[in-house]
Amino acid sequence: MNLNELKQGQTASIVRVGGEGPFRRRLLEMGFLRGTEVYVEKYAPLKDPIELILKGYHISLRVDEAARIQVENVRGEE
Amino acid sequence: MPKKSITIALAGNPNSGKSTIFNNLTGTRQKIGNWPGVTVEKKEGHLKANGYDLTVVDLPGTYSLTAYSIEEIVARNFILDEKPDVVVDIIDASNLERNLYLATQLRELDTKVIFVLNMADLAMDRGVKIDADKLSELLDVPVVFTVGNRNKGTRELLETIISVAEAEIELPRTRRVYYGKDIEKAISELSQFIKEKIDTELPYHLRWVAIKLLENDRIVKERVSQAGNPQGEAIFHEAELQRQRLREFFDEEPEIVMTDHRYGFIAGIVKEVLKTVSESRVDVSRQIDQVLTNRLLGLPIFVFFIWAMFQLTFSLGTYPMGWIDSGVGWLGQSAGQILPEGLLRGLIVDGVIAGVGSVVIFLPNILILFFCIAMFEDTGYMARAAFLMDKVMHLIGLHGKSFIPMLMGFGCNAPAIMATRTLESEKDRILTILINPLMSCSARLPVYILLAGTFFGARAGNAIFSIYALGIVLAISVGRLFRSTVLKGKVAPFVMELPPYRAPMLKGLFIHMWDRSKIFLKKMGGVILIGSVIVWSLSAFPRQVQFSRDYEAETARIRAHYDHGIAAAQGNDLGRLVRERDEAISALETLRAREKMERSYIGRIGKVLAPVFAPIGMDWRGSVAMLTGFVAKEIVVSTMGVLYAAGADEDEKSEALKLALKKSGMTPLSAYAMMAFVLIYVPCLATVGVIRRETNSWKWTAFSITYSTILAWLVAFIIYQGGRAIGL
Repeated sequence: MNLNELKQGQTASIVRVGGEGPFRRRLLEMGFLRGTEVYVEKYAPLKDPIELILKGYHISLRVDEAARIQVENVRGEE
Repeated sequence: MPKKSITIALAGNPNSGKSTIFNNLTGTRQKIGNWPGVTVEKKEGHLKANGYDLTVVDLPGTYSLTAYSIEEIVARNFILDEKPDVVVDIIDASNLERNLYLATQLRELDTKVIFVLNMADLAMDRGVKIDADKLSELLDVPVVFTVGNRNKGTRELLETIISVAEAEIELPRTRRVYYGKDIEKAISELSQFIKEKIDTELPYHLRWVAIKLLENDRIVKERVSQAGNPQGEAIFHEAELQRQRLREFFDEEPEIVMTDHRYGFIAGIVKEVLKTVSESRVDVSRQIDQVLTNRLLGLPIFVFFIWAMFQLTFSLGTYPMGWIDSGVGWLGQSAGQILPEGLLRGLIVDGVIAGVGSVVIFLPNILILFFCIAMFEDTGYMARAAFLMDKVMHLIGLHGKSFIPMLMGFGCNAPAIMATRTLESEKDRILTILINPLMSCSARLPVYILLAGTFFGARAGNAIFSIYALGIVLAISVGRLFRSTVLKGKVAPFVMELPPYRAPMLKGLFIHMWDRSKIFLKKMGGVILIGSVIVWSLSAFPRQVQFSRDYEAETARIRAHYDHGIAAAQGNDLGRLVRERDEAISALETLRAREKMERSYIGRIGKVLAPVFAPIGMDWRGSVAMLTGFVAKEIVVSTMGVLYAAGADEDEKSEALKLALKKSGMTPLSAYAMMAFVLIYVPCLATVGVIRRETNSWKWTAFSITYSTILAWLVAFIIYQGGRAIGL
């Protein structure tokens, strides 16, 4: 499952960040590592981008960027 | 003899409170410029303490030192090449884990580092306590606590900086990230290889070079081939072999595995130094965002904030603008009285004072606008604005943060373009700068009001609205076009932190506001001054014009004709005669001014250019008006006043000018084409100056002028000729 498929209020663990070199490296440097918990705080009013909570801070990603992040163990509100 | 001057580099993540610490250290003694060759802002400050001269350089805020972004390259090169005596890393204590990523990279650079744990009070609010002694011990680096927004810990930081800079200590080589057996083996083998190949001293520490080569770092490769020629190729070959081996072993790029190891190392540290002392209290910032980025309320609130900013900037700004205007007027008058009639007076009064005055008048707008923007930035709302608007801006291939400068363009393009400094990606910045003038600024409105009011009557409002809409449509199309041609490249990823809201510091706000305004005044003064003098010269020379009529003799004749009657007249007759005389004289004066303008250099240029403007429905008078409009759009109306023989003091509401325009052969169609031209071509000299300053390149400035002028002509051509073809 990919991160963009999560709904507001759901949590998941990161499996793998895909995409091209610089983008991927940047995300890893920001803490999107395998096994890290990520919480979907909300979607922007126009449905894009997404606000996430990760390692205790808030970060936003575009939906098509979140689509490149593979997650597992999705839990939380439906 | 101890060193008496110390250079300090401030590094840190964006939003770590770095600029507050910088302000606390240096106060208002700051110098703002650009890093050489790029448009990244460089801030430098000076202070004296304990007999030392300290220079503090504020490095761009970065999350890492990977050399993917200009900011990272700038920060890293400064540390490596300029070799500051101490690097101070500002760490947001409430966000320790991610902030330590940059910290471990700084440690690897083998410079003297001090860690500053900023905003530990906030961390305490979140229920965590940091063991500074432990952190200091684990990383072998001095650690200082500060609370930037209460100016706490600044003194202690200074003392630590000085004592670290003074100390002749060997840099600790231990307690760095351990990359695991396989990568460590590759690092040491590669280090050994480099050592054997290059006998000259490498500018950097060997281990670091080896690590960076394993990460395939572009900049380090360039440096190595400069230093190690002709052995560079052999070294890269060896590095590639090692990378290949690691890639096969991990089934992953080596740099990714190394990032993982750094975070692993950090996780170990965090576990030891971070203690959860209480259950997390309420997260105020998150609650504010429940409202400000709410699905339903977020956008309306955003619109309200922008509206309020506009109101403040352009309504409140009118008062000081009025004062400045009368001040400039008074100055011009006084200078006019003091100076003898002649060239010098013309140059000073009509060239310098009027020209610079037309720009200085924007200062109140700029002050207020930048105060508002500083508020947005310092509170953290700017990131939310980008979050809300990104979807819209993404249509043009821009980042959400571009929205604010674009919107500000409707007020005035000069400060709007300066506001692009908040954009991180250089391509985004240049694109936003290039299309910003298509947002029709308030100075162009008088021209529209005059033309639309004259030719469209009751439909004037619709005509003007359609011009604004045309600007937006063009901005989107041109933006997309440039994005896929001259500014090709990926849209900057929207990986953006939403930092916790913070109460802004008044001192910071004022420093922020004043810095921008200083740049505006200083740099624009030069360009504007030169430009105004050029345009003035073009319209003032040649001094002696061969007039077709002898205006002076005619004026004298009128005077003689009336004076006799006036001397004899009484009561109502006297008033009537005086009025008649003055009207006759002023009509003659207007004709004289028109002929003078026509025969001046600018008039001649206008006539030469007339064939270029003819296909878009303008005669030589239109072309002269457009030429003078290059300085500022407000001038277009007064130039037209002169040229269409209605008097120079006309404004857009003047009935006489409207009548003259109607009689001049202009049609609604040609008027509309002219409005479109005014919308699209170079807004004013001040904007050109700002574009030059903000792109830091004459090439982009020339590009902006050229493309907008060509586009203006094309659009006007299509409107005029197209309209004629369908019989308008």
